[in-house]
Amino acid sequence: MTNTAAHLTPADYEAIGAELDALRDEITADLGERDADYIHKIIKLQRGLEITGRALLMASALPPAWLAGTATLSVAKILENMEIGHNVMHGQWDWMRDPKIHSTTWEWDNVSPAEQWKHSHNFVHHTFTNIVGKDNDVGYGILRVTPEQPWHPANIGQPVYNLLLAMFFEYGVALHDLELEKIRAGTNDPAETKAKLRAIGRKIARQWGKDYLAFPLLSGPQFGTTLAANFTANIVRNLWSNAIIFCGHFPGDVEVFELEEEQMPNETRGEWYVRQLLGSANISGNKLFHLMSGNLSHQIEHHLFPDMPSNRLSEIAPRVRALCEKYDLPYHTGPFSKQITSTWKKIFRYALPGPKVTEPSPMPRAREAKPVAA
Amino acid sequence: MPALHATSRRSPARRLAAAARWLTTPLLPEDYLGLVNPLWSTAELRGRIERVRHEAPGAATLEIRPGPDWAGHLPGQWLKIGVDIDGVRHWRTFSLSSPPRPDGRLAITVKTNPEGVVSRHLVENARPGTIVRLEPADGDFVLPQDPAARGLLFLTAGSGITPVMAMLRHLAAQGEMPDTVLIHSARTPDEVIFGAELRELAARFENLTLIERHTAGQGRLKLAELAGLCPDWAGRDAWACGPAGLLDEAEAHWAAADAAGRLRTERFRPVLAGAGGEGGRVRFTQSDVEVDADGATPLLEAGEDAGALLPSGCRMGICYSCVGRLRAGQVRDLRTGEVHGEEGHLVQTCVSAAAGPVEIEL
Repeated sequence: MTNTAAHLTPADYEAIGAELDALRDEITADLGERDADYIHKIIKLQRGLEITGRALLMASALPPAWLAGTATLSVAKILENMEIGHNVMHGQWDWMRDPKIHSTTWEWDNVSPAEQWKHSHNFVHHTFTNIVGKDNDVGYGILRVTPEQPWHPANIGQPVYNLLLAMFFEYGVALHDLELEKIRAGTNDPAETKAKLRAIGRKIARQWGKDYLAFPLLSGPQFGTTLAANFTANIVRNLWSNAIIFCGHFPGDVEVFELEEEQMPNETRGEWYVRQLLGSANISGNKLFHLMSGNLSHQIEHHLFPDMPSNRLSEIAPRVRALCEKYDLPYHTGPFSKQITSTWKKIFRYALPGPKVTEPSPMPRAREAKPVAA
Repeated sequence: MPALHATSRRSPARRLAAAARWLTTPLLPEDYLGLVNPLWSTAELRGRIERVRHEAPGAATLEIRPGPDWAGHLPGQWLKIGVDIDGVRHWRTFSLSSPPRPDGRLAITVKTNPEGVVSRHLVENARPGTIVRLEPADGDFVLPQDPAARGLLFLTAGSGITPVMAMLRHLAAQGEMPDTVLIHSARTPDEVIFGAELRELAARFENLTLIERHTAGQGRLKLAELAGLCPDWAGRDAWACGPAGLLDEAEAHWAAADAAGRLRTERFRPVLAGAGGEGGRVRFTQSDVEVDADGATPLLEAGEDAGALLPSGCRMGICYSCVGRLRAGQVRDLRTGEVHGEEGHLVQTCVSAAAGPVEIEL
């Protein structure tokens, strides 16, 4: 893979850093009632949908009620996990100083405990984005999604693993912070792993208690159909969130990086921004699509500014794109069908060995540009 | 503060709520019930502004219906109120101006001050229907068990009348006014908050002596004049509330007369521990570590260098692993240079430096 940022000079990196910092400051200073109204409105909408869905399922023995209830509950769960949960836990709404809508207090409707998710996602994934061996989101510890990852015979089954991972994605996310690779290598702290597993167990008990026991019981003789509806809604949410998230870093020419010795602590702001730009991909679509994807369809902007409120990402997207054009950097984007096809193609392709990596892609680094004819 | 009425943890309503949590996890039942009535909340105490009344130039009274968990208050106490302004929650302390009322409503009276974002917002923009956050009433600026024992003296200025108004209204509602002298300063007669009501009370109760001091014409009250206005001042139970200057003078005056024990004061604005500046003494309260930090070093680094074991993550302000609750002082955001912070705010220690002395709960 070639380094698409090789043409940038140290001055370019500095300018990119300054421009993006200025953009962040501009939006931060402008946050106000409009934004607060937005998140309050989305939370209200989500809770209203959830109540509606659960209420419809009190008649889950009737097929139309089952369908409508399951669909409504699925949408509610998707909104809760993506536009609300993911973004609140990123600290996007912390500026409102409302302890009810705050990264330190939020718990989501998902088997992954918020505390663990915040570590594996906000810290590990967002800091070490797309660095092979550092960012566990590269293949989620079980998939080979780039030739830079060494091939193992077990990879042959990965299209099947991926389908299962997608269906039960919340469990995959829950196990994520356990850092399976460390456990495999025996370098984990057993006490810590045990404590994390216990927390996951408690969360699963509460989630199952609600979806697979309490609400089915509440619907009386319709126990079975309500349970099936709730199970379906969870699977729908899992498939959708998995698809959106995989489209964020795996499709097309999105780059992965090799960590150079001791480079990480010295990475400048500009270099960090460029790595985020090169390592993320957007999905184009309409307003409803952006909402249902938790605005992760603006993955590039989200990775540049993880704590910027999601309703602002579509506003800054044209400016980020213009910056990419100005500095001749790729801005990965495409419709959902294209991005998801490309992601699955990779999962099939890299199930098999190869292709040979000629030269590992170094992390974006400010150096003097190499002369064209060496 | 005294618990006025206790709510049983084993009441049927609470048991039902506990059972309902199985249906609403990870949220609380009230998060859904709040869609119907936002006051139904036990996790945070809320109130609804039901009426806004103009009192005097730049002063307004807000009548608030508190949620069912409000434990009541004693006349003279204050409460903290959380208001959302431009999307951001601000907490301020105000004295209650109402005595406990049969309709359960409470009232605060707010006077704008030039730099006061919150007081201006409340006086100019508060509308009936707005939901605010409340904390339980607190404070020992209250009446004694037997108010009639030694006679009462209130020394107030400006909006310092508000807690005293709650006490006077309470006494008036009981129908028995003990021997009471109120010396109140305001710039002009029109600017006396509750002016009409005070004069009406003084006319109604022979025992209540109201002395108004209009400083625009008569000049500021000097405590040397006190003996002339109220000869037995040192023997009375006394309350003073108003600007810091007045309170400092009063404390010295009562101490000089060996009567400091009779005087209670209420300070509206406690001395701010750190109103800007570069760097300062940082105290990590849970780690019990103290260190002098300069204005360019993140609190996280300063603490770690001093041996505190602090939560951390990306160290660049994106992951929010390192946040801590500010107990006092202010911090500078090293990314934007902005100085911010109030008690209770959560700050990112990896990108915040001390702006003056700081205490943080980490």
